[in-house]
Amino acid sequence: MGFFVHTKVQSIRQNHLPDALPDFRNLGVISRILLSVNVLALLVALARSREVGEFAARATEIAGSLEPVLLVVVLVLYAGSTLLERLAYLHGLLAVFAIVVAATAALFPLQSLLGGSGSWRELAWSLICAALGTGIVAWYFHLRNRAFSPAISEARLQALQARIRPHFLFNCLNAVLSLIRKDPKRAEGALEDLAELFRTVMADNRRLIALSDELSLCRQYLNLEQLRLGERLRVDWRLDPTADQALVPPMVLQPLVENAVYHGIEPGIAPGLIEVRIERRKDRLWLQLSNPYHADYQHRQGNHMALANIRERLQLHFDVEASLNTRIAGGRYEIDIAMPYRTSL
Amino acid sequence: MSPIRVLIVDDEEPARSRLRELLEDCRAELPHSVAGEAANGVEGLRMVTASGAQVVLVDIHMPEMSGIEFARHLQVLERPPAVIFVTAHDQYAVEAFEVNALDYLTKPVRSARLLAALRKAASGARLERGVLEGIDPAPRRHFSVAERGRVTLVRVSDVIYLRAELKYVTLRTHDREHLVEESLSQIEQEFGGVFVRIHRNCLVARRLIRGFERGTETEGDAGWSVRLEGLDERLPVSRRQWAQVKALAGQG
Repeated sequence: MGFFVHTKVQSIRQNHLPDALPDFRNLGVISRILLSVNVLALLVALARSREVGEFAARATEIAGSLEPVLLVVVLVLYAGSTLLERLAYLHGLLAVFAIVVAATAALFPLQSLLGGSGSWRELAWSLICAALGTGIVAWYFHLRNRAFSPAISEARLQALQARIRPHFLFNCLNAVLSLIRKDPKRAEGALEDLAELFRTVMADNRRLIALSDELSLCRQYLNLEQLRLGERLRVDWRLDPTADQALVPPMVLQPLVENAVYHGIEPGIAPGLIEVRIERRKDRLWLQLSNPYHADYQHRQGNHMALANIRERLQLHFDVEASLNTRIAGGRYEIDIAMPYRTSL
Repeated sequence: MSPIRVLIVDDEEPARSRLRELLEDCRAELPHSVAGEAANGVEGLRMVTASGAQVVLVDIHMPEMSGIEFARHLQVLERPPAVIFVTAHDQYAVEAFEVNALDYLTKPVRSARLLAALRKAASGARLERGVLEGIDPAPRRHFSVAERGRVTLVRVSDVIYLRAELKYVTLRTHDREHLVEESLSQIEQEFGGVFVRIHRNCLVARRLIRGFERGTETEGDAGWSVRLEGLDERLPVSRRQWAQVKALAGQG
């Protein structure tokens, strides 16, 4: 695989992700907006106060007019995020500016209730502050996007390297060779599965894919493992058909299934069971995987790399809304992944 | 020259059948017969003497007992068969084989390589015992004893205590005793905290320690002896080891 990885490095470095608006439904994005706007407001309050005692009064004054607008803007962006995502970046940005200006203007009367003068001058001042603030926050997200796009490529690169153990590839080719004389039909099927598996591994893995695609990838992988492990490998699928269209990061399950075989099935002589469970609860998607735990074989390398890699990619895609937890319970190793249930980008 | 007898040890059926096919392919050039097939090391050791194998093709990466441990156990035999290691991808082992000039094959195996390895094995190249210990530093799961020309395995977890007596070490399990040709300090080192040294000449299984009894003061002993689960006998703890043993046992 080293060869493929090498040729891909350059093409990745050249392509930055195109600019895009952040996902306004994401908790991480929302908290970043709230935090950065409030920090800006505090800075303004600091700049406008001539002495220390004045700062608190200034800050309260600004907060009084700012918070209602901010709240409304965040809510509108949350509600309209699907529409905004369809627009080109610049159009989307203009739309956001328009929303901010409109919210500021609409809530302006509230300011005079809270003790403002309600003058045209004050309205103009508020609008300028709102527009400037929006510009700064947009610039922050733009920079953040820049900073993270190589990270996404890098994560993908790691994905390429960490995926599919050489151990698996060579054992698998060996198993296929053993079939060629006795059962050429089965050998054909196995090579087709292998080709498909590698096609996915080498594909552009930056975009989210349907869960059903990820599951069929896992099936192809397990078919190949079944070939050499036979009866020793048992898999119990408990799937939720309503979750098929959920969007997940590519290769979010397959490396974990591969780990389950490597750490849970191969070290045992007796048959072992891998359980895959998918469940959708309202707007959350749960992926659960468990396999037999062999305490004696923990020196086998490679587990943590795949876990860290998947955790990182989940974070890149879903920020704080996704989680990955592992535990050992009742002689089994269990992995739980939770992420937002999404069907469109 | 009579045909070489070859034993195949691999946990994956397709891998065994592939080796059979390849052996078939090079039979014309080097006469041999397949003496047997085993799906793991324990089974392989059981078969090795009865099958009269002269060469064993063994996968490194197997459940229950690695190919390296398998080869180590073979060495207790007076005339162990030659071993050819097979591995799909184990960088560490491959490097160690290169360094020690041991023969190995990578999966998928090529028949030309297999033929060369068989020829070399038939010529009588033998393994050095110390070499294998260096390749796989992971503790073994079994001790091995040569009994009536066969390899008898004793699970490490079945051992209650080990006591050095002259040239040998007596290894005590629940139902019997075995003699192994190893040194206590090597065993102590290999298995880390599994065995605790209670005396210059004795190691006991730490998890079986059930308590200590005060006995009569004798020369060199602390006057304490250890009570082990599954053993009526009490083993004396030396004055030198007492503090350490007490501390270790206290940790559970």
